[in-house]
Amino acid sequence: MKPAPFDYYAPETLEQAVALLEKLENEDVDAKIIAGGQSLMPMLNLRMARPDALVDLGKIKTLDYIRQENGTIVIGAMTSKRAAEDSTLLRDRQPLLHAATGHIGHRQIRNQGTVGGSFAHADPAAEYGAVAQALGMEMVVVGPDGERIIPADEFYLSFLTTDIDATEVLTEVRAPIMPDNTGWAFQEVCRRKGDLAMAGTAVTLRLEAGSCAEVVIAVFGVNATAARLPEAEQVVNGQAPGEAIFAQAGEAAAAALDEPIADVHATADYRRSLIATLVKRCLAEAVERCA
Amino acid sequence: MTALQHVTVTVNGITYERSVDPRLSLVDFLRHELHLTGTHVGCEHGVCGACTIIKDGMAVRSCLLLAVQSDGTNLQTVEGLRNAETGELHPIQQAFIDEHGLQCGFCTPGFLMSTLELLADNPSPTDQEIKDALDGNLCRCTGYQSIIKSVRLAAAKTSGGKLAGTHGSA
Ligand SMILES: Cc1cc2nc3c(=O)[nH]c(=O)nc-3n(C[C@H](O)[C@H](O)[C@H](O)COP(=O)(O)OP(=O)(O)OC[C@H]3O[C@@H](n4cnc5c(N)ncnc54)[C@H](O)[C@@H]3O)c2cc1C
Ligand code: FES
Ligand code: FES
Repeated sequence: MKPAPFDYYAPETLEQAVALLEKLENEDVDAKIIAGGQSLMPMLNLRMARPDALVDLGKIKTLDYIRQENGTIVIGAMTSKRAAEDSTLLRDRQPLLHAATGHIGHRQIRNQGTVGGSFAHADPAAEYGAVAQALGMEMVVVGPDGERIIPADEFYLSFLTTDIDATEVLTEVRAPIMPDNTGWAFQEVCRRKGDLAMAGTAVTLRLEAGSCAEVVIAVFGVNATAARLPEAEQVVNGQAPGEAIFAQAGEAAAAALDEPIADVHATADYRRSLIATLVKRCLAEAVERCA
Repeated sequence: MTALQHVTVTVNGITYERSVDPRLSLVDFLRHELHLTGTHVGCEHGVCGACTIIKDGMAVRSCLLLAVQSDGTNLQTVEGLRNAETGELHPIQQAFIDEHGLQCGFCTPGFLMSTLELLADNPSPTDQEIKDALDGNLCRCTGYQSIIKSVRLAAAKTSGGKLAGTHGSA
């Protein structure tokens, strides 16, 4: 057996899970939630994570749903990424989140991994990080003191770190439906399909009287957390769409990045140049979708 | 020693009840407890796909699941492909033989189970759809061209979706 020993609990309701997390916290037990296990199990197998206890959310059936509530698509944290991929509601009403889902890992990972797990794990290369920033998503967490709603820009704190407290459970993520005529694009570069991306970009914009408006550019895979790049957005806002201005925005995006991650997959310089290219291509693709 | 957990799981139509250490992975449970060694273990962190099995109709990594998480589920492993009565190989297995879809065979159980899910969902996949379904399985010796050919042949032989044990019949 590869993981270090741990105690295992499988609460059947959200209330039981929160009460259990609070009890374990009070007893100074290092407890970790397991959802799909597709990020946690590798960390347990490699002993990068050695929790004293696992709290499995797999038996909580009330956190598995995708619905529309007024102008928002809401997704239960325990919904599988496969269900998100297969959801026609998501495809039709929140196509950016839908498109990003298809880029996550392999079919076998999406079958078992949850939507909530991808947000909670906060991998710098997680597609959902950029989607959360681009759409201004909200995360709903429930703890001993009740519910909290955390906007995306306060949710992601750092590398693999979110604002979710040790006694809280992420229960739902909320993505506003984009206004009609919003163009969007999602692109990433990885060595092999299904790998974590070396860099990626999400864009939304509108065309108003022939000019780009409300331009949103978010990038992931390059810094500790995904982020919007207002410096690059400003280059395009108010301008007529065109290759030259998009290339300029790409350069501005690359220049605005904090020093990118350098690892075995890509150097910092390479990641910077990927962002320049991806921003340029995503802007062009998003404009095409405005029509 | 942490408290043992009770697991009831159906594998290839047979229901097993066992008490397991919570840290036991599903692939080790299948191989060491149930002696179903057809499912292989490669990387044990989700990258190679050798350990792919079908859980409630969907292909999953058995190295990235705890045995306890399989409580109450219906599993299918490579041992369940062959026709239990006649001993005849499953059309997907036969297609891998006919099109030389394996050399050493280490990766094969995983490819077969990923293919089983693919063809149950989509009996006549395009080449791109085959590649998308198998991009989570690595083969270090055969080369992917003959694996794709094998899946193409299996699809041709089974079109109409007569595949047991996945979405269709689960
Ligand atoms: C081969 C491979 C390729 C992959 N490629 C990608 C990729 O390209 N892009 C990508 O984004 N991901 C990728 N992943 C990761 C995968 O998407 C995971 O499924 C996901 O990151 C975690 O979801 P999970 O449900 O499996 O969570 P788990 O692994 O169970 O949990 C992950 C973390 O989140 C916490 N957590 C989970 N759910 C909750 C909750 N409801 N409330 C509070 N905390 C919670 C856990 O405590 C843990 O710390 C890949 C994984 C593998 C093995
Ligand atoms: S052994 Fe499970 S994916 Fe490699
Ligand atoms: S047949 Fe040898 S690894 Fe695939």
